[in-house]
Amino acid sequence: MLTIKNLKVSVEGKEILKGIDLEVKAGEVHAIMGPNGSGKSTLAAALAGNENFEITEGEVEYMGQDLLELSPEDRAREGMFLGFQYPVEIPGVSMVNFLRTAINEKRKYRNEEPLSAGDFLKLMREKKNLVDVDSDLTSRSVNEGFSGGEKKKNEIFQMALLEPRLSILDETDSGLDIDALRIVANGVNKMKKPGNATIVITHYQRLLEYIVPDYVHVLYKGRIVKSGNSQLAVELEEKGYDWIKEKSGSEA
Amino acid sequence: MASEQDKIISEVTGNEYKFGFHSNVETETLPRGLNEETVRAISKKKNEPEWLTEFRVKAYRHWLTMKMPKWAHLKIPEIDYNDIIYYAAPKRKASYESLDEVDPELLDTFNKLGIPLEEQKQLTGVAVDAVMDSISVKTTFSETLADLGIIFCSFSDAVKNYPDLIKKYMGSVVPYTDNYFAALNSAVFSDGSFCYIPKGVHCPMELSTYFRINAANTGQFERTLIVAEDDSYVSYLEGCTAPQRDENQLHAAIVEIVAMENTEVKYSTVQNWYPGDKNGKGGIYNFVTKRGICKGDNSKISWTQVETGSAITWKYPSCILKGDNSVGEFYSVAVTNNHQQADTGTKMTHIGKNTKSIVVSKGISAGRSDNSYRGLVKILKGAGNARNFSQCDSLLLGDRCGAHTFPYLEVDNDTAIVEHEATTSKIGEDQIFYCNQRGIDTENAIGLIVNGYAKEVLNKLPMEFAVEAQKLLQITLEGSVG
Repeated sequence: MLTIKNLKVSVEGKEILKGIDLEVKAGEVHAIMGPNGSGKSTLAAALAGNENFEITEGEVEYMGQDLLELSPEDRAREGMFLGFQYPVEIPGVSMVNFLRTAINEKRKYRNEEPLSAGDFLKLMREKKNLVDVDSDLTSRSVNEGFSGGEKKKNEIFQMALLEPRLSILDETDSGLDIDALRIVANGVNKMKKPGNATIVITHYQRLLEYIVPDYVHVLYKGRIVKSGNSQLAVELEEKGYDWIKEKSGSEA
Repeated sequence: MASEQDKIISEVTGNEYKFGFHSNVETETLPRGLNEETVRAISKKKNEPEWLTEFRVKAYRHWLTMKMPKWAHLKIPEIDYNDIIYYAAPKRKASYESLDEVDPELLDTFNKLGIPLEEQKQLTGVAVDAVMDSISVKTTFSETLADLGIIFCSFSDAVKNYPDLIKKYMGSVVPYTDNYFAALNSAVFSDGSFCYIPKGVHCPMELSTYFRINAANTGQFERTLIVAEDDSYVSYLEGCTAPQRDENQLHAAIVEIVAMENTEVKYSTVQNWYPGDKNGKGGIYNFVTKRGICKGDNSKISWTQVETGSAITWKYPSCILKGDNSVGEFYSVAVTNNHQQADTGTKMTHIGKNTKSIVVSKGISAGRSDNSYRGLVKILKGAGNARNFSQCDSLLLGDRCGAHTFPYLEVDNDTAIVEHEATTSKIGEDQIFYCNQRGIDTENAIGLIVNGYAKEVLNKLPMEFAVEAQKLLQITLEGSVG
């Protein structure tokens, strides 16, 4: 589904990602871990097409297409979803209007008829139940006045509604209490399908107790320095990142 | 509503001003230039009674003693008042017996604008008075309204048929001495709309005037007068467009509202005069005086405006709150893009006791435009317990535009409570990217964000207008980011 080859990304002239290689197949859950500042969020933003992140080298193939040629909105319409670490507030724009526009833009892209208001509301109710979010969340403006936990839950709700092929969750667990964490993890697990894939970016192993990844990658100073199965996450939790730092430091 | 929104989005594809066409309607004009002769000639063309001719001449003479106001935050090029045609009328018979007699080209014009004049085709329940250049073309639903005693007709017809009402109220809210453009309008106004709601009548449909400047080198000077007798209600809409032309055209209108006891008058405007091209060439100068008086107790006047057009806008719809417990409201969205300039706002003058006013102004600036809010809240000595709340928000797109707020306060009664809030914000790249990531492209994202920002005001518009206004906001701002 997603093949990243030697991806290098700079922000304001400073190279953050220094050659990433990663392959994600349908049905897989990948976790990307690493200490702060290692480039985890940069990878997420670059894949989603944020133009503040300049791609200086490398290739990314997504669903048989050159991902880097696609506009951010087309990446989304092709089924890529980014769960933001810091979801922005858009005052005055209702969640309903926002999501309905999003869904119908995607349908238009696929030459499908727009969803009627009734069908859309039905779908929204259904997904709200699935991910267990409060119904008043959708009657408010996009993220406006939401608590940190509400914003994250809202990201998961949007993911459920948009039914992406590839979800990239950027530190969705940060700042969540244990209940919210469980809701987020349950949402992700319930949406897991053989044709879909998820990349979970996280600092802590905590989330991975609920979402069991097929692969764990450790990102450090812009490179994937270690990959393994879910056991790696446990190891990291025990030994901390210093172990990785020392190891890769000696290699460098 | 929801499917309407989809329609809007799908309709919004072109960047250009949509109403910029010109119709080949045969026009009768007076020669260019302004002098007492012109003023008298207009009056004569319209077979006006002598008192009206005198009113015009007095206004003209007063205008000569005045200077164009310079206090607004606007750069207004020198206007040569002798280079303007002051009277242009579609050639026609004295009056139409039926729609069949109206020039088909003219009907076509209004159809293109989405204003069908054929009553049987009208499902929206909006009565329309269509004004092309200087002349009211057709007023629909007059008969239906007449059954209720409501008068809704062109200003010229009103002068003929209801001279006493006109004589009594014309200039009673905006006297010709009021300001430079009011004086000019009073001298040369050509037509407009008149609306009279009798005592106890709740007007069952929206009344609407649609203004269209068609002829070249022509100024448009219309007046609207609305009189609402005790215990009545009316909602009035105004829309405007003009062809795309390279030269600037002047529009100087007057709107007067008289609200008696226990009345409510809502006046909504969607102003979409041609704003000029991307480089600031051409466009309408929109210098308008709008004022209403809450004459009786417990009356309410509410102005709602969505201003997207015009090269320069100078306009302050105001309320004089004379009756006790009367209420004035001003809800405004003003958008400027490219080289447009707007200096707009309101004046709330509190005279009666327990009078209240609410001002909500939402400015949106893009391109190299300049957008100013200017508002005066004046509370007189006798206005015990007066309340005002003003909120002035500015939204900036890009970094080459300007937003300014000039609030003025004059309070002579210490029981008054006056509040003013102001914010300035920018559409953030992160907001747009967030929308992009959900599959919404940048144009639509801006449309969403801007309409969300202006929602409080758009919600005050009657349904049909709200849809048009949303559409306009998005069209106006197309291409302004990225």
